[in-house]
This record gives sequence, C-alpha cells and structure tokens, in this order.
Amino acid sequence: MPEMVNLKINDISVSVEAGSTILDAAKKANIKIPTLCHHEDLCIAGNCRVCVVEQKGVNALKASCATPAEENMEIFTNTNKVREARKTIIGLLLSEHNNDCLHCYKNGNCELQSMAKDYLVDSDKYISILKNYEIDRSSPSIIKDDSKCIRCQRCVRTCAELQDVNALAVSGKGSEMKISTFMEKPMDYVVCTNCGQCVTHCPTGALVEKNYIDEVWDVLNDPSKHVVVQTAPAVRVGLGEAVGLDAGKSYTGKMVTALKMLGFDAVFDTNFSADLTILEEGTELLTRLKDKIENKKDVALPQFTSCSPGWIKYIEHEFPDILDYLSTCKSPQQMLGPLAKTYYAKSMGIDPKDMVVVSIMPCTAKKFEANRPEMYSSGYKDVDYVITTREFGRMIQQAGIDFETLKDSECDSILGKHTGAGVIFGATGGVMEAALRTAYEIITGREVPFSNLEVTPVRGLEGVKEATIKIEGCKAEWKFLENVELKVAVAHGLSNARPLAAQVQNGESPYHFIEIMACPGGCIAGGGQPMPVNNNIRKKRTEAIYNEDESLQLRKSHENPEVKRIYEDFLEKPLGHKSHELLHTTYTKRKKY
Amino acid sequence: MTEINIVKDAVKKHGRKRESLMPVLQEIVKQENYLSEERLMEIAKEFDLSSAEVYGVATFYSFLPVKPMGENVIKVCQTIVCDMKGKEAVLDAIKDKLNIVPGQTSADGKFSLMAVNCIGQCSNAPAMLVNDKPYINLTYENVVKIIDEYQS
Amino acid sequence: MVIDIKEKERKVNSHKKRVNLIFKEHDIDKLIEKVLKTEPEKIIDEIKDSGLRGRGGAGFPTWIKLKGAREAKSDIKYVVCNADEGEPGTFKDREIIEKKAEKILAGMMAVAKAIGAKEGIIYLRAEYNYLIDGLQKKIDVFNKKLEDMKFDFTVFIKSGSGAYVCGEETSLLESLEGKRGEARNKPPYPAQEGYLGKPTVINNVETLVYAALIMLDGAECFKKLGTMSSKGAKVFSVSGDTDIPGIYEIEMGMTLKEFAELFGDSNTKAVQVGGASGFCVPRSKFEETVIGFEGVPTGGSMMLFSDKRSMYNILHNYLEFFVEESCGQCTPCRVGCQQLLKGIESIKAKEKSKKYIDELLELAKNMKITAKCGLGQSVCNPFISIVENFREEIVY
Repeated sequence: MPEMVNLKINDISVSVEAGSTILDAAKKANIKIPTLCHHEDLCIAGNCRVCVVEQKGVNALKASCATPAEENMEIFTNTNKVREARKTIIGLLLSEHNNDCLHCYKNGNCELQSMAKDYLVDSDKYISILKNYEIDRSSPSIIKDDSKCIRCQRCVRTCAELQDVNALAVSGKGSEMKISTFMEKPMDYVVCTNCGQCVTHCPTGALVEKNYIDEVWDVLNDPSKHVVVQTAPAVRVGLGEAVGLDAGKSYTGKMVTALKMLGFDAVFDTNFSADLTILEEGTELLTRLKDKIENKKDVALPQFTSCSPGWIKYIEHEFPDILDYLSTCKSPQQMLGPLAKTYYAKSMGIDPKDMVVVSIMPCTAKKFEANRPEMYSSGYKDVDYVITTREFGRMIQQAGIDFETLKDSECDSILGKHTGAGVIFGATGGVMEAALRTAYEIITGREVPFSNLEVTPVRGLEGVKEATIKIEGCKAEWKFLENVELKVAVAHGLSNARPLAAQVQNGESPYHFIEIMACPGGCIAGGGQPMPVNNNIRKKRTEAIYNEDESLQLRKSHENPEVKRIYEDFLEKPLGHKSHELLHTTYTKRKKY
Repeated sequence: MTEINIVKDAVKKHGRKRESLMPVLQEIVKQENYLSEERLMEIAKEFDLSSAEVYGVATFYSFLPVKPMGENVIKVCQTIVCDMKGKEAVLDAIKDKLNIVPGQTSADGKFSLMAVNCIGQCSNAPAMLVNDKPYINLTYENVVKIIDEYQS
Repeated sequence: MVIDIKEKERKVNSHKKRVNLIFKEHDIDKLIEKVLKTEPEKIIDEIKDSGLRGRGGAGFPTWIKLKGAREAKSDIKYVVCNADEGEPGTFKDREIIEKKAEKILAGMMAVAKAIGAKEGIIYLRAEYNYLIDGLQKKIDVFNKKLEDMKFDFTVFIKSGSGAYVCGEETSLLESLEGKRGEARNKPPYPAQEGYLGKPTVINNVETLVYAALIMLDGAECFKKLGTMSSKGAKVFSVSGDTDIPGIYEIEMGMTLKEFAELFGDSNTKAVQVGGASGFCVPRSKFEETVIGFEGVPTGGSMMLFSDKRSMYNILHNYLEFFVEESCGQCTPCRVGCQQLLKGIESIKAKEKSKKYIDELLELAKNMKITAKCGLGQSVCNPFISIVENFREEIVY
C-alpha cells in the first residue's frame, strides 16, 4: 500500500499518494486549475506560475504543479487573491507576447488565448514589451516564432526528455531569456530531427508546422495537374480530433470521401506502401540473417526500421557510424510517391511531370524527408507536398465539409488496398508486429504463434519493449533459421531509442531486428497530429488502430492483392532491380554538434 | 592541432562530469576572452551535451561571453553606489580614450567594455575590473592613467 | 573635513554597540581541535542555543539546516560556503575572505562535522576572482592540517561566472552542477537534496565565521549580544552618501536613527537596508525602525542616500539591475521586473497616468506572492518602500 496524504481542496477532502502534487490532488477532486508550463509528458517546471493556489495560513501562493501535497493542507484554488494573481500573470505573459491573434496559425487553439479569454485579461493590462524577433522559417517542417513564446520551456523539456535531441535550449538571462538553438542558428542548420514534438507540446503559436495548405489548393485548382494523395495509417485515427470530434475512432471511409470531395484525382493509401515495406524490409532482414548465419558474412545486424524520418535524421546526427544497420527501405510515404509517378502514371497514361503527389502525414519530419535529395527516384520529386493531419483538418473545414455525416468510400486502385498489417504501422510496435506476421509465415508456412496474430509484447506505451520468438519448423530454404531465437526490440520516443542505438554502436546489441519510431506512442502521436496530446489520447488512438486491424479480413501484408499485383506486373520481386531503384535509399552522415 | 588542445587540456584539468562544465568554460574564457562557436562545439563534444545546451549555460552568465572580446576586458560597475558616485565619468574617460561604449570593442582589438552589475566595491565607488583586477575610487583622470598603463 | 571624518570614525568605533568578533585574532588551531573534540549533536545544540540565523539576508535559523542535513540519510553530504556576495551595497564577505579565511574554513569544518560531510565547496563570485590565489593558499594549508589530524574533510573553490541570482541557494547549486543558475522548486530543500542530489548545507561566509566563533567560545559569547529575535552581531557594509564607508561589525538591534547619526548626517534622506532587494527607509521612520529581524532585516548592505539624490533614479537603477539579473524562468519575475521599470519610465514620460503607479504596486505585491524564488519575491521590497515613501518623486 502506498503511503497516502490527506488534504482539503476548496473544502473537499481528498487523499492522494505521497509525492503527488497539489495539482494532482485537485484533479482527483475534479477541480480544474489552469496550467501553462505543466505537461503530463514532461518533468515539473513550476515556472509559468498561473497554477498558483492559496494555502490556509500561508501568505505566499503555491505553484500547485510544483508543490507536494502535504497532510492536513487546506488549499483554495479560487479565492480573490488567487484570481488576481492569475490575472496578473496572464497580463504579464500577454505583455511580452505578440497579440496579433488573427494572424496566428494557432488562433483558436492557443492555451494562452483561451486563458486570457477565461480570465478576461486583455492585452493592454501592461505596457507591451514585445521585442523584435525574426521568424525562423528555414526548416521545411517547423516555424519558430519567438514573438509568440511564453518561455514555458515545454519545447525545451520535450526536446530533452522525450527526444534526447536538445536542439532547443534556454538561453540568456532576465529580460534576455529566450528559447534558442545553438548560437541562434536557423532550425534547418542545427541538430533537429524535425519530429515536431515541440510543436505538439507548444501551448501557443511559437512553434508550428510549416503549412502547405495554399500550395495544395493551388494544384487542386490547376486542371493541368493530376493530383494524387496518400494518407498515413495514423492520420485516420487523429483526423476526428482535427475536425472537432472525440479521440479514439478511426475514420478511414469518411476520410477517403473527404479527400475525393476536396478534388484529389486519385486517393491512395500509405497503408498500401506500408504493406509493401514489410515485403521489402522483411526480405532484407531475412537476407541479412541468411548472410550472417548461413554464409557467415559480416553483415550489419540488428536491422533497424527506417519508416520514421525523425529517427533517420536522429541516427544520422547522433550515430553516424551505424547507418549500415538501417534498413535501406524508404518510408512508406516515399515508396508510394515514386510508384505513383512510374507504375500508376504508366498505367493511366499520364506524364509524371503533370502529376502531383500530396501526402497527408501525422508527421512534420515527413516534410523534410520529401525534400531529401535522394527522393527523386521517379525522375521527379517523388512526393511534392506533405501536409499534416492538422492541415488536412483545416482544408476540410475550409471546404465546408460536414465530416461527421460523410458516407464511407474506398481508396482508388492500384495503390489503395491495404491489410491490417499496414494499418498498425501507425502505432509503436506496429511495424514489428506486421513484419513478424509476414516473416514468420514466409519462413515456416505457418502463422506467427500469437493468439489472433497479435504480438502483444511489442504493443503498448512502455518505452522499450522486447520479444523473443523461437523459430521452429522452417521451410527447406530457411533451414538455417531452425531453432533460432529471433530477438526483437521496439522503442518509441528518441530518448528510448538512444540506448538501443548505443548498444549497436558498441557491438553489444542482443537483437536481430529493432523498430524505432521517433515520437512517443508512434505515429499516432506524431508531430503532425492534433493537439493536445497525452498518454490518455495516445491510448485511445492506438486502440482505434488495433480495432481497425482486427476488423479487417486481410491482416498480413503479403496477402495484400495490390501488393501481389505490383510484384507481378512491375517490381518482380522484393529487393529486385526495380525495388532498389525506387524503394530503397541511402543515408547521410551528419554532424552531431 | 594546438587549437583543439585548449579544450582538451581544460577537460583534462577539470574533468568531464557535468559539474566540471563551468570550470572548463571559465578556463577557455580566461585564455581566449570569449567562447567561440568552435569552442562551444568542442566543449559540447567533450561533455556529451548538445551544443545548444552549452550555449544556453554560457549565455546565462555575464562573465562567459559568446561574442569576441578584446585582449583586455573592462567591466565598469553600473549599480547604484557606483552610479551615484560617478560611473559616468568612468565611462566618459573610456569613451574619450578608446572610443567605445559598453558592449563595444576598440578598433585595435585591445579593449572591450562591459557595464556590469555590483562588483562589491561599493565603499570605494566608482569601481571597475580590468580583466580580474579591481580598480577603485575612480575619477576621469585616474581611469585615463589606468588605460594608459594597459596600452603601454 | 578631514577632522570631521576622523571624529566620525572615533564615534563609530567607540559606540557601545560596536563589537569586534569576526576580525579579531583567534587561535585557529585551538578552534580546529575544539571542533574535532565536539560531538555532532553538540555542535548543532550549541548553534541552536546561540540563536544564529543566516547572515546572507534570508535569516534562516542555521541549526535547522544542520539538523535537516544531519538527519538526511546519505553517505555523501556537502558543505557549501556561499561567497556569491552579489547584493548591491554588500562587500563584507569579500573583506572576511581577504582577512579571515581560516575562520570561514573552520566554520565549514564545524558544519561538516555536524552533518557528516567530507567535501566543502566555496562558491566564490567571479567578481572576486582576484582573491582566488590567496584563498587557495590558505585552503591548501587548512586541508593539509585536517589531513594530518586525520579528519576527512577537504575544501575546494568553485567560481561563479557573473550572475546575482546564484546567491539564491538552489540557483547556486544549479550553477555548481554546471547548469544555468535557475532556482529549483522547493521542497525538496538542499538539506535533503542539494548538490548532485545529496544533502547539502549552504551557509553564507559570515554565518560560517560566527558558527566557528560559537564553537570556540560557546553560544553565550554570541547570544548575549543583540535582541530577543535578532541575536548576536552582524557585519555591515556601509556605503553611499557617508563620509566613512566601509565594514563595521555592530550588535544587532540598532535603530536607524542611531545608525544615521553615526554614518550619515543631517542631510540623510533615506537608508536602503538590505541592498537593492531590501527596504528603503525614509528619515521620518528612522526612529521607529530597528535593524534586525523584528524591523528591517539585512544581509549587511546599508546604503545611505542624501537629500540631493533622486529616488526615481535610485529605483530606476535597482529595476534595471533586476531586469538583467532575474534568471528569467518564472513569469512574475522575468516580466514583472520589466513592467515595473517600463511603468515608472512611462509615468515619468507622461505616457501613463499617475494612477498607473497603483497598478504597478499591485503588480509588485503579486510578484511577492507568486515568484518562484527569493529574487522575484523581494523586488517588491524596494519598489513598494520607495513608491510609498517617495511617491511624488516617482510620479512627477
């Protein structure tokens, strides 16, 4: 039994575990206390001070997020003194803030704005001390606008604690204190993975994605362009929130209908290329295993997954010596792009120069990925524009589409079919599970030995997960794997990836295959997904993904009929010549400091 | 080659644990009067910290400048007692001698001027530090003399 | 004029409250031996009995810190000497370091013995870098002495790098750990989780010297001085409009009237007690104001202002100081300081009405109850005391 602490908040008795904060206790008593610097994903900061409360018998107010609940404390969260203090603090924040809300991308979705509204504090309570900041638009993924920053340090803590990247730090002192990159260098120059977690954790408009909504409308309105779109697995479980619905439901059918209404000429599915990825990446793994075990060659094992562009940039910066361990497979987004501009273009008789590929992603790093010089394998830019789930939600709203009432429709052929394996790519552990479903079956001819195909050890929100699968009853050509214990690991959030990468760097990794997703929870909580984000929301989105998988008839990538067809008609075989040309890539060593 | 050794030597002397970061930063400033971009990156590497983090620490402290400084750094106290007792005359003397105001470095690179907060010489105000050395009971005239000494 | 100063000095030195403890010659070896022989609990009891409170400004009872750290379970504990004397108008620690470093070290040793620490760190402000060499020599001798006596305790110097806020004990710890000097949330207090997460006692230079003297001569020598709530004596840094600026050790409990008579003259308009973060007391309140915890507390900074000084300029200078020296992490302090400065400027420039000063007073009061650390909480002391006592000078 944990030690309990009993206190009263607004005369309501509440009992919490020792070590809990006053804020925790208030939550338990269903009392809402406003917060800004507090975020449940992050360590306690206690620096914005809006969460102050009054303790009976104590003159100074207490920051409820940072003060432990104590026995017999009597706390009041709504006294005049508290309200006045909060108004003062909100007024102070507004005085150093760029209050041009109508021009702000976060207008209507800003925690400071909503607090100012609740407390009726206007921007001229104090004299404006807003400084002249230059907006950093250098990154293809993220815009940093210091004039909107309230110095809550959520981004800094996110970048440090969740991602272990530390691209953003607090600099200066006193009135000069701000959030900075190294020497105030542009975001596209510094060690930033473009993961966008800072964006999803920013309470204001100081960090937002670079949006390409107008560019996409322009191509949709251009009759000379054939515009195809692809949507990532996690988009459909976040989209509801982006259009004002509750979290926890997948909207694949409505999403496809909406895309058609927006005017896309063909609606494809990144889930299709996720299935394709499994075939390529699974074959790559089996090849490496064969070279290692049977041919005794010195090959790079474990193999790391390569679907997450935030992870790719991270390893390129932080562990440039182990890039050989990455699967050479492009991410599903970058597989679909060139296939649209070659295979699909050819089948439709469209000149790829007239084709535009738009992808809708839960991710800001994908914007960077699409701009990588390696991503022109179709002869053109393989993916022209990447927009996030949030940008997509805005397009739906701009188009006046009543999303909730839409009927379902299906993706277009020939890059639109998917299996449950493709669907689960959106959650941490999903790529691993999908790969095991296929690989095990290829090797043994039997289904992966988990109940209902569900590789539960790799599911869930634990930072690093691992599983061991003993391979038995191999087919003749895979005999070298007989009785091999396949060891796999899954990590999400780059700070969880670091120890696994370090093991590999030191030659101490016990694993054969490692899945990494840059964002905590995987793509379902990617940097391009709706806000807010927390573990409760992560769980709901994850559940929606697994429900969709379970509801599908086909749940193994190699059973995808369009994947089968593309190998017959175009690619020939996994890791074949065409695959190498279009679906595989190389990596770049980058500087760490 | 010799350049890299400055940081490596400092790390050898003070260690590479996080709590040794300040002594190392101080050591580099002692030798080069400021922390250049390259030094900050080298230090980050030695301490296995991000360069942004090291930059953030350095910019917190007034005595760890990240912009180039002259050979001699003059730190004139601007806080209340020195302010009352003739800080302006000190700054005037420096302006007249070196043509610099706080935040600037003389054209010949010999002097930088900083206005700093209380240096604990209030009973002998106005006061300043040149590099680490305190000069007290300043007047226009003796500041001119002090600068002359550093110039020769 | 010269005669006047001599006369003033004579008067101060012969004043009945003038004492000489800190700078007196003491037998350091005897002191060390005495500490070695005294049981930890006895050290804490003796300090408790003396009524010694922190001499850095905050005035926290010293024995409570010691008891807390003694009871904290840890193999590793630290003693930190806070020599980050940054409060405007304070320079007494500098003089103690220059002249009586051995007593500081003996005080650290007593604390180490009391709590069971093996390492001591002197956090010396960067502005006193020129003292390092001299201090280090004395530390070397001291460390060697303790080694010879088989007492496991070693003292090191760590330098600051120019940040007023690092005088706040948790900011100091952050700085020692190689980080930005941003105050921590309390609890936990340093006595439980301090330097590198280990129990740590942080004491001001002067506090440590008094602790040493109390060890040597017993609590009585200290507690017989001062008043009920302010025991002992205190080293004052006297500066500003006075003919005899300098360091003076004086018994606690002197009224400002006595003080101004000794150090000021008929033109003394106000005394700033406790530095920029302290209180400004106008002449009209000298008589009723006692220097001490029952009246105006001070870390020793006493700045006299004559009637030719503009209180607006003084307040302006303080606020500029706080705008720069706030660590910047918490909203009330970072933005509040800027607003107070901008506010009085705007009133002076007639861009804001005189009534805006009331908004600023409210702001200052809110800063006191919402700021994260002592810095932000104390900005209201000079602001309110100056505005309330010299309102006309600020708003016209």
